[in-house]
Amino acid sequence: MKKKLSSFLLTALLIMAVLGGCADGTGESSGDNSSVEPGGSAVVGIQQDIDSLDPHLATAAGTKEILFNLFEGLVKSDEKGNLIGAVASDYKISEDGLVYTFTLRDNVKFHNGNAVTAEDVKYSLERVSGLLDGTPLIAALSTITSVDILDEKTVQVTVGSANTELIYSFVAAIIPAGSGEEEGAAPVGTGPFSFVSYAPQESIVLKKNPDYWQEGLPYLDEVTFRIVGSAETALLELQGGTIDIYPYLTDSQAQTLRGGSTHQVAVSPSNVVQALFLNNAVAPLDDVKVRQAILYAIDKEAVNTFVGGGTGSLIGSAMLPTLTDYYTDLNGVYGTTANVEKAKELLAEAGYEDGFDLVIDIPSNYEFHMQTGEVIAEQLKEVGINASIHAVEWSTWLEEIYNGRQYTATISGITCDQTPGYLLNRFQTESAKNFINYSNPEYDAIYLQAQSAQDPAKKAEYYKQLQQLLTDDAATAFLQVPGNLTAISSRLAGYRFYPIYVQDMSTVYVTE
Amino acid sequence: MRYFAKKILTLIMTLFLVSAAAFLAFQVIPGDVVTSILGTEATPEREEQLREQLGLSKPPVIRYFSWAADVLRGDLGVSYRYSKNMTEMMPVAELIGDKLPVTLYLAALSLAFILVFSIPLGVIWAKSRSRLLDAFFGVTTQAAMALPSFFLGILVTYVCGIVLHLFAPGGYVSYQKDFWGFLRYLLFPALSVAIPKIAMTARFLRNALLTELSADYVRTAYGKGCTGRRVMYCHVLRNALMPVLTFLGMIIAEIVAGSIVIEQVFGLPGIGRLLVSSVSTRDFPVVEILILYITFVVIFVYFLVDILYRVVDPRISEK
Amino acid sequence: MDTPSVRPGPSAPRARKANLYLAAGLVMTGLAVSLGVLGLFWTPYSTTAMSVPDRFAPPSLAHPFGTDNFGRDIFSRVMQGMGTTVCISVLVVLASAAAGVLLGAFTGYFGGLLDEVVMRFTDAVNGFPSILLALVMISLLGNGRQNLILSLSIVFVPSYVRIVRSEYLRLRDADYICRARLMGVNRLRVLFVHILPNILPVLSVSLLIGLNNAILAESGMSYLGIGIQPPEASLGNMLSDAQGYLQAAPWYALAPGLSIVWLVLGFSLFGEGIRRGGV
Repeated sequence: MKKKLSSFLLTALLIMAVLGGCADGTGESSGDNSSVEPGGSAVVGIQQDIDSLDPHLATAAGTKEILFNLFEGLVKSDEKGNLIGAVASDYKISEDGLVYTFTLRDNVKFHNGNAVTAEDVKYSLERVSGLLDGTPLIAALSTITSVDILDEKTVQVTVGSANTELIYSFVAAIIPAGSGEEEGAAPVGTGPFSFVSYAPQESIVLKKNPDYWQEGLPYLDEVTFRIVGSAETALLELQGGTIDIYPYLTDSQAQTLRGGSTHQVAVSPSNVVQALFLNNAVAPLDDVKVRQAILYAIDKEAVNTFVGGGTGSLIGSAMLPTLTDYYTDLNGVYGTTANVEKAKELLAEAGYEDGFDLVIDIPSNYEFHMQTGEVIAEQLKEVGINASIHAVEWSTWLEEIYNGRQYTATISGITCDQTPGYLLNRFQTESAKNFINYSNPEYDAIYLQAQSAQDPAKKAEYYKQLQQLLTDDAATAFLQVPGNLTAISSRLAGYRFYPIYVQDMSTVYVTE
Repeated sequence: MRYFAKKILTLIMTLFLVSAAAFLAFQVIPGDVVTSILGTEATPEREEQLREQLGLSKPPVIRYFSWAADVLRGDLGVSYRYSKNMTEMMPVAELIGDKLPVTLYLAALSLAFILVFSIPLGVIWAKSRSRLLDAFFGVTTQAAMALPSFFLGILVTYVCGIVLHLFAPGGYVSYQKDFWGFLRYLLFPALSVAIPKIAMTARFLRNALLTELSADYVRTAYGKGCTGRRVMYCHVLRNALMPVLTFLGMIIAEIVAGSIVIEQVFGLPGIGRLLVSSVSTRDFPVVEILILYITFVVIFVYFLVDILYRVVDPRISEK
Repeated sequence: MDTPSVRPGPSAPRARKANLYLAAGLVMTGLAVSLGVLGLFWTPYSTTAMSVPDRFAPPSLAHPFGTDNFGRDIFSRVMQGMGTTVCISVLVVLASAAAGVLLGAFTGYFGGLLDEVVMRFTDAVNGFPSILLALVMISLLGNGRQNLILSLSIVFVPSYVRIVRSEYLRLRDADYICRARLMGVNRLRVLFVHILPNILPVLSVSLLIGLNNAILAESGMSYLGIGIQPPEASLGNMLSDAQGYLQAAPWYALAPGLSIVWLVLGFSLFGEGIRRGGV
């Protein structure tokens, strides 16, 4: 009995699931197993240096996408965004949602050759939850109150409060017991690749893990993640053959590459929600009419065309369209193109018939957001809002805008994980992440109901109501989920796209 | 002796001022290193722990002096951002030691280009009697001097990289892996750094040569029956090279500064790029040491030039 | 520091050629500056209006320098960018020269403790790559036009202090100054009425050199993204945008790049002409 877990099943009162993912787990990797010649190597271009090799301390999305190859949690994501078993072969959640029981998979070995034991799992979970030293490393898992070893293959986790979406956080890496502090010299996990070397600002090199539990994987002997000189030179590096895969092409780079035969360019939806965030507590944006006027003034289609080459998915609220069960299309409310008259009318009603000056802060290291800013500033001019762009450094953005909320409007992107409620959570009045200062008691009430809802259909319904509220209140100008443009050298095949930010190299193989 | 004492005192004073100013600047600039490292998803406990680990919970004045004391003892500290492995942070000395060769080779190669091209050019120009040639040199050197390094870098990338395929732009090869490939790659950035400086140096040398050529001793030498060639290479060039030496000192200082931009254009992982990225990630220990290092190099080069000058021309030290 | 200052070369009078330098310089700067200043008020096309079908149009009669990734006319943007660059550079040079003259005059003429302190500070600033200093200052002050002007001005002050100080040092013991002093002329009058006019020739050349340095510094900073912010055009930020489209639209990089060269070359030919004394 092998079946995949869909996110819906998770919320059932009692789940007894046997997780797949072995030989015939998910299609592609196993289907053409026989025809694939293992061996060879590949170089993946990345944009920023990694922030930590410790999977529990790494926070940058650009680091996690690499560590996906080195580490695995009890469960992991597959390319459809569903959870499959990894270190655990199956698990069950108690009726009250407070006890998780994981059964460990046989024959999972760490890169150092030792088999994964219940002790390792206990240690890893206690480390991330803060039970070890009082410092939780992963916020969501700090709700864990105890980790108990039932037998050598079974681990029971007790949590303080029921949360139907908590299971997504068990992708947290399993590392050898005690290794967090002293092992140090090199990261050791259970992933398809093991660590070889790391040169700051240059590259990180991984090699094949011959003991990987998924039979036949990975194919490549060696994978190098190399930091490209700059987004500009990435294209030239692809053409020069110094990198094989590059997942962050710009639209014009993609067009140049499509002209040739050396690379294929694949488009996949990202998991970033891009928006013109509006500070609901600052005049004149504290007036809902002004915010609505801005939403009417924005031509999302033009933004998508100019900045993303039309590869983005337009959105009207805070939900990834790929989470189909929870997503409701609200693009129609303010339209996807500009409605200048309506915007001017609303501005006049709010008392701003002559417009106003608006400073849009944008983190300068994101070319994509900067260009979006240029387009939007131009669109706002049409309705009389004199928008100017203020580029800020990323660390300044984090401190002053995200944490300090000292801004009027800002363009940025929020990288989402698979949890459907992830984005909605932050718009509660009291949320520490509510940097737009949105406040609606009705929203807060519905969010609480949604969190305690055990019936998935009910939960989806609540989430849709929340999205509707955000849109009606014009809480923020949600723009799009940009498309990921990935260049893949034609000498490689088997690259798989995920709805989350990972670079899974285990299924990539050399065709020549 | 007094001279040396004074110079060294000045150097120490300057380094102290610069380091204190940089420290102060870092206290004032917005952007908290802890949030910059941990991002938006970290738990407050983790932030507190990291702040403690980085020693940021102590008052700024104490932090500055304990940092300064460490540096004086030869301990340059560890980076806030780069981990060496899972448990240790990267020592600043090691991090810079790793990036420095890139910048040094770039500077050395640029300087080699400058010397190899500017001296013959300057001599030919000074010797030329043709007005056309003179005007040609005059205009081309002016034009070359007007080229900003980043635009030159883009031009070189386009012409040599994209059109002529002489190198793969951005295809930097690490010097540890393939030294010759590394040097070959550096040729083009070095060329971008060197071209305006070649023009400048050639111009300067030519002017120095012309000044020398009109000096009395040259007439005397001709009067004694020396050949033009002998006069040029044995007397004039030697004397003219002296001011050029000073000029080159300034050029070296400029190359160090120029590398910040050119490393950005060509994506070279040298100290210039490390500095820019460390400033933006608020990696204070790295920034502070890099700034001190650059200041030291620049002052030291000026100092060397000064000494060379005294050795070559003892009249100066008598003053 | 006793490093000899870089002095202009031979003094052989070559009036005709000097005139040529001057003429060429005047024509080039005249054209660029008038286009730039015009660009601040009027451009053939809007510098910000975007159009999808017009993206990446190669140079043509309608768009002499082609269009960019947003379909904006590059010629219009170059005009505006040149105007911005020239304005900022002139302001920077004026501000830093004024501060430099004041500091240089007092320190050079009076010497003493003030001189020591100021010189140590200028040494410290000089021993520091200017672009780096400007970068740190912008991080401190934040992005923006005023801050850009302010930080560049501060960066350039020491070079003027040095020049002016050495001139005052040279002139303070000149016979006519000693005599003026003996006659009891007010010190400030000596400083700014008797001496200042005599250093104007040296100062004017260094002003032109300074203008060039300011143009290069401004465009360099805008190139690095810490100068003029888009959507306002500046030669530096256009160049940095264009770098991403080198293959698709090489003309995009050429137009702002060559404009910088044109400006700088014009001013240096102009300076060369003045220096050769052939007005």
